[in-house]
Amino acid sequence: MAVFELKEALPPPARSAGATGWIRANLLSSPLNIALTLLGAYLILTFLPPLLDWAIFSADFTGETQDACVSGGACWTFITNRLPFFTYGFYPEPERWRVNIGFLLLAAVMIPQFIEKIPGKQWIGLFGLTGLPILVAILLSGGIFGLESVPTDKWGGLMLTLVLAFVGIVGALPIGVVLALGRRSQMPIVRIVCTTFIELWRGVPLISVLFMASVMLPLFLPEGVSFDKLLRALIGITMFQSAYMAEVIRGGLQAIPRGQYEAASALGLGYWRSMGLIILPQALKLVIPGIVNTFISLFKDTTLVLIIGLFDILQTVNSSIVDPSWNNVATEGYVFAAFSFWVFCFSMSRYSQALERKLHTGHKR
Amino acid sequence: MNKMIAALAGVAAAGIFATGSAQAAETLDAVKGRGELVCGVSTGLPGFSVPDDKGAWTGIDVDTCRAVAAAVLGDANKVKFVPLTAKERFTALQSGEIDMLSRNTTWTATRDTSLGLNFAGVNYYDGQGFMVMKSLGVKSAKELSGASVCIQSGTTTELNLADYFRLNGMEYSSVVFDTSDQTIQGFEAGRCDMLTSDQSQLYSLRTKLPDPSAAMVLPEVISKEPLGPVVRQGDDEWFNIVKWSLFAMVNAEEFGITSANVDEMKDSKDPNVGRLLGTQDELGPQMGLDKEWAYNIVKQVGNYSEMFERTVGMGSPLEIARGLNALWSNGGIMYAPPAR
Repeated sequence: MAVFELKEALPPPARSAGATGWIRANLLSSPLNIALTLLGAYLILTFLPPLLDWAIFSADFTGETQDACVSGGACWTFITNRLPFFTYGFYPEPERWRVNIGFLLLAAVMIPQFIEKIPGKQWIGLFGLTGLPILVAILLSGGIFGLESVPTDKWGGLMLTLVLAFVGIVGALPIGVVLALGRRSQMPIVRIVCTTFIELWRGVPLISVLFMASVMLPLFLPEGVSFDKLLRALIGITMFQSAYMAEVIRGGLQAIPRGQYEAASALGLGYWRSMGLIILPQALKLVIPGIVNTFISLFKDTTLVLIIGLFDILQTVNSSIVDPSWNNVATEGYVFAAFSFWVFCFSMSRYSQALERKLHTGHKR
Repeated sequence: MNKMIAALAGVAAAGIFATGSAQAAETLDAVKGRGELVCGVSTGLPGFSVPDDKGAWTGIDVDTCRAVAAAVLGDANKVKFVPLTAKERFTALQSGEIDMLSRNTTWTATRDTSLGLNFAGVNYYDGQGFMVMKSLGVKSAKELSGASVCIQSGTTTELNLADYFRLNGMEYSSVVFDTSDQTIQGFEAGRCDMLTSDQSQLYSLRTKLPDPSAAMVLPEVISKEPLGPVVRQGDDEWFNIVKWSLFAMVNAEEFGITSANVDEMKDSKDPNVGRLLGTQDELGPQMGLDKEWAYNIVKQVGNYSEMFERTVGMGSPLEIARGLNALWSNGGIMYAPPAR
């Protein structure tokens, strides 16, 4: 008796499955795609091998001086040799553990924000925005609790870049929220003050803000009163970025339908509670891309402090590549600086994407 | 409205000058009270002021600051270095943010007379020169009519170059770059026949070539660039101290006093040495300093020759010959008034 035997389904044709299928669908689906694929392959084959050869295969990583760079490729010895300077600037060597603790604290606060299932991470985040800056400021500048005082002119390198960016970010967001609310306020004086502030700061380039803070301000201060150059730069950067932040957030506030405001009023919520509980959470979520955009541009703008003689990571590289005891290491230096910036900016961008996914409540299409 | 703005500007300007003169005669007390000399340097110029591998400042401008600190405070390490860009440097001095500026600053009439500043001497006589590849086979810049020249944009070197070629009735084409490392890369890639910059810079750029010995600096110097420390005008006491700290180093070289033999030289029979080192005369107290001011300079920083060789001379990667910076008795123009 013939029995029905279930035959296994045939695999899909080899041409449409697996790697071949993927290649056919994605790389060779049309004449234009074939041409683009060929062009891409040609470009990769032309540029990648020499690049890899320069950066890795014939590069030198170890050693102490220029003499160690003999292979003809990149001289990463220069970077490894100068890494402490690029990281800490002029920070005195015996005190550098304090900077390391600062880095660790920053990492301890930031890394949990990337991981979904960590209890109380909003509290860690809140600490990062309030307690951490104060704690790190005490740690880095010292002068109390038996810590040796390290004046800010000794700060430099990556550490200074992070200080500038972190303070700018932590300061600019709340000030920006207040300014955005103020600009939409019904009270004329508040509105005029906020609008003037925003337009004034937004109307000048950051370079001139820094330059005014560094060069002009001391001339107008009374004799003997001089306040820290880094502090002046920090205030300048924070004010400048908060004006941009305010406009980003105002965009979010305007996107909230009028009904939400009316619903909040109907529930009997006052101004601050309706803003804090209903309007701002929605508005801020809407403008996450804009906010992170501002943060990333702030991070990159911190390099501008080199025109007022602060040694951020780019300036430490700049002043190191001229060292006559090394051959031309400008490329290595700038590649290193670019890579450092990319690491931080890319992490910020990934974080914002994760945040958007998490807070996604049906707005995204 | 315009009148109001003018009036406001006037008040602001008066304020600036008032601050300037009110600081007179106080710098020495301020430095002593602080226990630290605040010295403006560059943000990184090889041989003059540049942070080393450890992040410590080195260079001839840095050593000039250290010499003043040794004279005033007795310790050459009590200096706080403030890196300044070219645009900030004079304001930082005028506003009192720094006590002295030692930042490869060319002494010119305008700067000396109109900025409220005083140049306290010259620690390096520089001048614009040319660098060519030896393979070009030229011995003088005069043979270079029609040459292409690599220059860094926005510097006075561009103007000096134009003047020099026009004066000699020669043609040139310029290849302009933005930064010094681009300039040397352009030169290395053969985009120009020669490179022009201040001579001290030519030597430091030369070290960036794959084979530094393939390039040479031509003997012509087409501009005068005397570089030296600068102080605020109106504080003559401080001006004297900075000026004589520099002179002390030059005099020490002339009398053969070095950091190694300064202790033995204290017993020297030579009255010049005795006066300088404070064993026979009281030069220091006349300036408001310790009797051992010059001893401290030579002991801790060295004489002019030691400073020069260590930072820009044969003991450094720049390998610049003394040239103009040799003592007057050795064919240079480095000359200090007698210490008596």
